[in-house]
Amino acid sequence: MSSDPHSLRLSRRGFAVALAGAAAMVLPMPALALTVEDARALIDKAVADVNSIIASGQSESAMFGAFEQVFINYADVPVIARSALGPSARTASAGQMAAFTAAYQGYVSRKYGRRFREFIGGSIEVVDAKPLKSYFEVISVATLKGEAPFDLRWHVSDKSGRNLFFNIIIEGVNMLASERTEVGAMLDARGGDIDGLIADLNAV
Amino acid sequence: MTLNIRSAARRKALFVVSSLAVLALPACAPAPQASGINDPHEAANRRFHEVNRAVDRTILRPASKVYAILPQPVERGVENFADNLDTPGDVVNNLLQGRVGPAAQNSLRFATNTIFGIGGLFDTATALGLPGVETDFGETLHVWGVGEGAYIEVPFLGPSTTRDFAGTLVDLAANPVSLAVPQPESNISIVAKAASRLGDRARYSETVESVLYGSADSYAQLRLLYLQNRRFELGQTDGAASDGGNDGFVDPYEDPYVQ
Repeated sequence: MSSDPHSLRLSRRGFAVALAGAAAMVLPMPALALTVEDARALIDKAVADVNSIIASGQSESAMFGAFEQVFINYADVPVIARSALGPSARTASAGQMAAFTAAYQGYVSRKYGRRFREFIGGSIEVVDAKPLKSYFEVISVATLKGEAPFDLRWHVSDKSGRNLFFNIIIEGVNMLASERTEVGAMLDARGGDIDGLIADLNAV
Repeated sequence: MTLNIRSAARRKALFVVSSLAVLALPACAPAPQASGINDPHEAANRRFHEVNRAVDRTILRPASKVYAILPQPVERGVENFADNLDTPGDVVNNLLQGRVGPAAQNSLRFATNTIFGIGGLFDTATALGLPGVETDFGETLHVWGVGEGAYIEVPFLGPSTTRDFAGTLVDLAANPVSLAVPQPESNISIVAKAASRLGDRARYSETVESVLYGSADSYAQLRLLYLQNRRFELGQTDGAASDGGNDGFVDPYEDPYVQ
């Protein structure tokens, strides 16, 4: 583990990856099956974005907006939304599902975007990627100011038609399970009323 | 008074340890992977959860805000000092788990920080590439084959499991530093630990608040966080909850709710 707290080397590499990523997004890409390199490249790009936002020196509130955008660009929000809703996704109407997904996207982006603030002054480095069942796991190490480095994993799939991550696991704590518990509790508080849940999500 | 209670608790805990050791040693394989949520005492746990939230709101949170006024290097010093006093206990647990490498590393770390880190105020060892390998008696029990048991939320202590809470009691009662240092000097380790926890409460304030006060069901959320993180620490999930269905994780693309 590098003990260099400034990670200059990292952010320079991150910048190169971000440039490569930007080029890749401009050029039309043939549809290929996801490989371990693609999965790693996606998270490298997302991490480079996060690191460059952290290094940008803009105000915290401006950073929140930028972090939300990272979430929207790189995460499969509709599938995370359905998973969070759990069994009720089956009984919801198509209109309710669309409204729920939109409300949830705002909610989850705000919530996790805000959490990225803890990375200010730190950095994330992708260290490994491997296939796992029908998707890929990209392993990164987050080093925050004055903290022991910790394990941050991303699950990446192309089943949505694009390469996107659908789960983040921080020191064993996985976002999908946590979100299903949370949204389930919010739905219970509304006595199972999805429209009420949607209103609550928009208000958080 | 306090002394008597403490030594009684210590004797009791030592008794528990020795009986557990007798029970566990013959079957010396780690406990099988725990999954799902085993919470038979949920009603009582939820009451204790409310107690803990009240304690946090009225004592811990305000106290941590006061504590956070201290300059960062001072807080860091207190934390290092408290961690260093825990290291001999880590070494004992490393050895009980049969993990000689970590035991050696922690021993070297304790010597380095005690001598060159001025009694443990500075974490010289980490700077020299010797990070701590923290452990506890709960992990030792796990290595000996004791299963996770039931989830419990302990008043004033927070989330645990029956196995890990037994481990905590043993670690408190049989801490080598408290046993070696006479009273009342050994109380300093308890004071340092309490201060260090206030520092944690201040430093992770946003995360703690989001779980305890920002969640629709803070009890369920804390239970999930604790169990997943603890299983990860014990190396049961490889950080990934990769053996589907574990800890409530379901592959959403194979999930029947997602089509």
